[in-house]
Amino acid sequence: MTAARARVRSALATLVLAVPCTLLLYGFLAAESEGKVALVLAGATLAAALGWRTGLLGWAVRASGQGGLALGFALSGLALVAAFHEDPFVLLLLARALIALVACLGLHVQLADAGVPNFAGAAFFGVGGYTAAVLGKGALPHAVVLLACGALAAAVGSVLLLPLLRTRGHYAALITIAFGLLFRTFFEVNESLGGPQGLKLGGLEVLGFHFNDDRHVLGLEWSGYAFYALAALALALAALSLVRRLERSWLGLALDAVRLDETAAACFGVEVARWKIGAFTLGNALIGVAGGLSAMMVGFIAPNNFTFQESLVLVSILLLGGLGNLAGLAVATLIVVCLPEKLQPIQEYRYLLFSVLVVLVLVLRPAGLVRRTARRSFGSAAA
Amino acid sequence: MDLLAQYLMNGVMLGLMYALVALGFTLFFGVLNVIQFAHGDVLTAGAFAGLAGYALVVRAGVQASLPQLLTVVLAATLSMAVLGAVLGRTLVLPLKGAPALNVLLATLMGGTALRECIRLFYPGGSQPQRFPALLPSTAWALGRFTLRLDNLLMLAAGMALVLGVSLLLQRTRTGLAIRAVAQDEETARTMGIDFRRVVLFTFALGSALAAFAGVMNGLYYNEVNFGSGLLLGVIGFSAAVVGGLGSLSGAVLGGFLFAGLQTLGAVVMPFASAYKDVFAFGMVILLLAWKPTGLIGEPLGERV
Repeated sequence: MTAARARVRSALATLVLAVPCTLLLYGFLAAESEGKVALVLAGATLAAALGWRTGLLGWAVRASGQGGLALGFALSGLALVAAFHEDPFVLLLLARALIALVACLGLHVQLADAGVPNFAGAAFFGVGGYTAAVLGKGALPHAVVLLACGALAAAVGSVLLLPLLRTRGHYAALITIAFGLLFRTFFEVNESLGGPQGLKLGGLEVLGFHFNDDRHVLGLEWSGYAFYALAALALALAALSLVRRLERSWLGLALDAVRLDETAAACFGVEVARWKIGAFTLGNALIGVAGGLSAMMVGFIAPNNFTFQESLVLVSILLLGGLGNLAGLAVATLIVVCLPEKLQPIQEYRYLLFSVLVVLVLVLRPAGLVRRTARRSFGSAAA
Repeated sequence: MDLLAQYLMNGVMLGLMYALVALGFTLFFGVLNVIQFAHGDVLTAGAFAGLAGYALVVRAGVQASLPQLLTVVLAATLSMAVLGAVLGRTLVLPLKGAPALNVLLATLMGGTALRECIRLFYPGGSQPQRFPALLPSTAWALGRFTLRLDNLLMLAAGMALVLGVSLLLQRTRTGLAIRAVAQDEETARTMGIDFRRVVLFTFALGSALAAFAGVMNGLYYNEVNFGSGLLLGVIGFSAAVVGGLGSLSGAVLGGFLFAGLQTLGAVVMPFASAYKDVFAFGMVILLLAWKPTGLIGEPLGERV
């Protein structure tokens, strides 16, 4: 097959994948009644089942390749932002889902790659948010502030490194749970950072561009949230490709070894501690950046947003999607973040429904929605 | 001095409650090597079941406080024993062999469902509920320290319960079966022990203990809240882990240790007693860094 034909095939596969996904997402986000939401969900299930049965889905994913998938994700996101350019509610939802995706990618590196549990995801998200609140007021450029959010979350996480490295399993889980609770209580009683009332933030501003303002571009009226959604999309793309590249490289191979069998990995000269530290730190940095962007977008931050419950939601997204599967992760994030907002009348019951759903998935389909795919050997990597 | 006695009394009461919760965690971990994280919410559900029982007997016209108290305790412990067994049967046993994280999450979510059910479906469940004072309110003033009879009674009952559980495990055939399963499931099965029955009995026992702790908590603070179980559950879990999972004495030790740390935090930092939980959880992290499998835990071995 010539290079040109391969490129056409890849582009075609990307289209086959991205167009139905975008249309379904559009329908979902635009649906105003519960009936329509249910209809779209049924359509999505049907489409996924059909694609799965006929092998079209598998072919499209394989043929479009990593670059194609990233491109499809980006185009689909851009199309959705453009389609809803005037609707702040939908745009906010979209941006929140994308930011949650970045945070979940951080958890993914920790839990699915290195096998380090983190039940304090919301706390690290909060560290990022508070960093943005404190530094955002200063003269620092906001792009630097966002980086600082990640750096600080990673630094705070490093406090937990020693206990985490010395413990296993439930003991390690408890350390992160204890930290999450400690963090929240601390911010609740500490008056210097707003106490339970929290802090207000100004919006994001990069090179004189205020993200909060509505403005007129290309003959259309754009809501301010459109720019946040775009920033979140860019961040999510960067995080996705970073994590994907990490997993496909020899670094990912080492992480796999550490997760699957620490003793065997150590016997083969893989330094378990070093890899766990790296994964935990990188993960927290991603969560921190996501938290910073989220706080700037919402314009407000309080300890109540960083409860143990929220950390649990993040971990549930990981397990729901299928631990270790990025596509499943993206789908699960969308469902978990957007579905409750779309079903306003049952808002009161959403935690109940959500918890029952997670329990059902765990009991009936322990591997999550999409199973983890095995690493392909070097021989077939060229295909 | 008087203040110190007051702190001590409070610490002992809290420690006993934590120990009762921790006992459940350690029992479950012993037989199945799992963490049943709905435990804290079982505690809350127990307190609410007790309240419901109280409302029923009051409506039936029972005025004396002793039968009322008995109804509350029995309603709480029996219903939670059943609920615990059901949770074990539906959430934990089907996930046997799944990754530990799945069980942790499934039970956490089961607990969330339980908590939400209380909030949404118990009449007025989203508000803190007043818990009736069913114990005699006699109190003796010793200087500025008041010794309350109800606290002493609760303390005695709780201690008796802990002692009873320990006797049950050490002296009865059922206890022997539980210990056998905890030591080696397969060998226990070949010896003719009904594995499922032992596991479900353990879940019932542990959950009844949590329900008792929930009633104690309600009587002590005169109030129950649908969300109070979450923190108590995490504290009980911390206590069990710090003591060493699977060890009974470890759970009791861990419970009192955690209460001691909280009290110490409040005494040492009177200017910032709000930070007592921060201090206690910080100490838990430090303790685990020092002793990775708890104070009375089996040493961590690498088996290849």
